[in-house]
Amino acid sequence: MTRRRRTLTLISALMLVVAAGCHKKAPPPPPPPPPAAAPTPAKPVINFFNAEPDTVNSGQPSSLRWSVTGATGVEIDNGVGQISPSGRRAVYPTGTTTYSLTATNEGGTATASATITVSSAPPPQPPPPQTGPTVQDILSKQVQDIHFDYDKSDIRSEDQPVLQADANALRQIFSMDPNFVVMIEGHCDERGSAEYNLALGDRRASATKEALVAMGVPADKLKTISYGKERPLCTDATEDCYARNRRAHFSAAQ
Amino acid sequence: MRILTISLLLLGAFGWVTAKQQSQIQGNIVAHPGKPLIAVPDFRASGAAASLMGAFNSTVASDLQSSPLINVVPKTLYPLQIPQQPSDLIAGVAPPSARAVNPQGNRLTDWSLPPISANYLGMGYGAENKGMLVVFGWFYTTSPNIPSLQQAQIFGKIYTASLDEAGAVDAGHRYASDILAQFGGKSLVGTRIVFVSNRTGNKEIWVMNWDGTDQRQLTRYRSISAFPSASPDGRIVAFTTYAGGYPAIQMFSLDTGRKLPFYNQRASMNAFVTFTPDSKRIIFSSTLAGGPAQLYTANADGGGLRRLTTTSSIEVEPKLNPKTGADLVDVSGRTGLPQVYHMNAEGANVDRLSAGTGEATNPSWNPDGDHIAFAWTRGFEPGNYNIFVMDVASRQTTQLTSNEGRNENPSWAPDGAHIVYASKRGRESQIWVMNADGTSKHPLTTSGSNEEPVWVNAER
Repeated sequence: MTRRRRTLTLISALMLVVAAGCHKKAPPPPPPPPPAAAPTPAKPVINFFNAEPDTVNSGQPSSLRWSVTGATGVEIDNGVGQISPSGRRAVYPTGTTTYSLTATNEGGTATASATITVSSAPPPQPPPPQTGPTVQDILSKQVQDIHFDYDKSDIRSEDQPVLQADANALRQIFSMDPNFVVMIEGHCDERGSAEYNLALGDRRASATKEALVAMGVPADKLKTISYGKERPLCTDATEDCYARNRRAHFSAAQ
Repeated sequence: MRILTISLLLLGAFGWVTAKQQSQIQGNIVAHPGKPLIAVPDFRASGAAASLMGAFNSTVASDLQSSPLINVVPKTLYPLQIPQQPSDLIAGVAPPSARAVNPQGNRLTDWSLPPISANYLGMGYGAENKGMLVVFGWFYTTSPNIPSLQQAQIFGKIYTASLDEAGAVDAGHRYASDILAQFGGKSLVGTRIVFVSNRTGNKEIWVMNWDGTDQRQLTRYRSISAFPSASPDGRIVAFTTYAGGYPAIQMFSLDTGRKLPFYNQRASMNAFVTFTPDSKRIIFSSTLAGGPAQLYTANADGGGLRRLTTTSSIEVEPKLNPKTGADLVDVSGRTGLPQVYHMNAEGANVDRLSAGTGEATNPSWNPDGDHIAFAWTRGFEPGNYNIFVMDVASRQTTQLTSNEGRNENPSWAPDGAHIVYASKRGRESQIWVMNADGTSKHPLTTSGSNEEPVWVNAER
C-alpha cells in the first residue's frame, strides 16, 4: 500500500513540471537584417603585432611578430621597412624602442605598436685603433737618463744632445696626454755618504728639471725626488757601475 | 771626562803608534800613567745561581777591559786565596819579610804588592734568593796608607736581577759601571742604540740595548726609513722616511713606540734632525727654498720655522753641540767635496774643521762637546771611509779604524768612552762598538745589513 502512494506522488510531481515548462516558451527570433552594401573594401585588420621578448639587454636580439589581413601594404618603422602581411623579424635595439606597424589598403589604415625595453646601457666602446706609441712607451724608450760626474750636479756638455732629445720626447708626451706628470729621480753612486748623497740626488733631479724647463718643457709637468744612493741600478764596485748609478731617471709620477 | 780628554790629547800628540804601544804595555802589566789598576777575581755562587756566574764574570771583565779609564790586572796573577766578603779580609800591612813570598789573598793591602800591583780590589759573590739572582759586590782600595778596612771600602752594593743569564749580564753591567763611575765613567745601563736594518727586506728603524741585546723593530713602513737621531732626553727618535712618497721627517716616541705629530715643510727633502740640549727644538736640512738643502731650525713639532744657512751649496747633517747648545757642526759642499764645518747655532761664524782633503762626513759630538768623531777618506779612494776623532779646539785628529773595511756613522756613547759605528767588511754593513781610543772593537749585529747607529741617552 505504501508503495502505490509513492508512485502517485511522483507522477503528479512530474505533471507539474511539464505544465510549468509549457507556460514559459519564447516566441521565434526575427530574421537577421540584410548585409549593408559596401562601396569600398574594409580597412585591413591587424590580427596581432608583438615583440618576443619585450625586454632585452642592449644589442641583444628580439623578434617582432605580426599578422595582418586585408592589407595592400604593411610597414614597420625604425628602419624595418616594408614587410609581408605576416612574419617575424629580428631587431637589435640599443635603447628602448617603440615599433609601429602600419597596414594600409584602399579602405584605410590600421596601426599597432610594440615596445622593446632595453634594460641596460650599451657596453663600452672598444678602444680606438692603435695609431702610435703610448706615452709610457715614449717615456721608457725615448726619455734617456742624464748622467753626472762624481759629486757633481751640473749637466755635462756631452749630455746636452740627450737632454734635448728628452725635452722633445717629453713635449710629445704632454701633447698626447695633458694630464701626464713626469717624476725626475736623482740617484748617486755608493761611494759618498748616504746623507750627502740624499741632497746631491736632489740637486741632480733639480738641475735636470731646470735644464728641461729652459728647453720649453712645462715646469708644472715635472716633479723631482732624490733617492740618494738608496736605489742603485747596480751594486758592483766598478767605475762603470758607479757611472751608471750617477743619474737622473724619468718615471711616471704617481 | 778630563781623563779621556788627556788620553785623547796624548793620542793626538803621539798618533796611532802610541795606541799600539799602549796595548803592549797593558799586556806587560805596567801601569799606564793616570790609569788605575784594578783586580776583580771571579765571583762564585751556590745553588741555582752558580751556573749564572760565568755570564756575570765575563760581563764585568768585558766592561772593565773595554774602558779606557782603567787597566785590569790579568786573573792569572791573582793569589789562590780569594776573599768573597768583607769578613774574609784581614787588616794591616804584611811585614817586610813576608813580601818576598806570594801575597796573601785575604790581606787587602797584599793586592797592592807585585806581581798584582792593583790599586783597587773588587770582590763579591752571588746567591739565589726568592727566585731572584742576588749579587753582593764590594769595591776596596788596596792602598797600605788607609788605616782601616772600613775606610778602605769604597762601596758595597746588592744587585738584584732575574735568575737567568740575561739577569746575570745585567747585574754584571751594573757592578762594572759602578766601578767605572769611581773613575769618571758614566754608566751605559739604560742607554740604547737606534739603527737602520734591512733584515725584513726594507730599510726600517730598529732599536737595541747598548750591549746589542733585545734588538727590536720600531717602524714597519716597508719603504725606505733611515738617518735616525735621538733627543738628548732619550725619549724621541727622529728619522727620515719615504713612507709618504718624498723623504720627510718623522718623530717617534721611544716610550710608546708611536708616531709623534710633526709638520713637514713642503719640500722635496726634509731630513737629518738634531735636537737642542733641552730636546725642545731641532735643526734640520730641507730643500724648501728650492735650491740645495739648507739648515733650518724649528720646534720639535715642526712649527716655528726659521732659516739658518744661506749658501749655494749642500748643507746636511747638522749636529748641535750637546754641551753648549750654542754651536753646531754640519757637512757642507761649499768648497767642493763634503767637509765638516763648525758654526754657531744661528749659522754664523763658519769655520771648516776638516782638513779639506778627501771627504769628511758623519760628525758626532762627544758628550762634553769638545771632540767630534767623523768619517773621513783621508789618503784613500772615494768611499773608503775610516773613523777619526778630532779635538775641536786644536784640530788634532786621531785615526781609530784602518784596514777594517768601510767605517762610517760614528756616534759617541753617553759615557764619552765608547763609540758605536757602522763597519762594512764585505757586502753587508754591521754595527760595531769600540773604545773612544779605537781599542776593543766588537760587533753588535749579525743579521742583515745594519747601519747608521745612534747612541741614545738613558731616558730622563
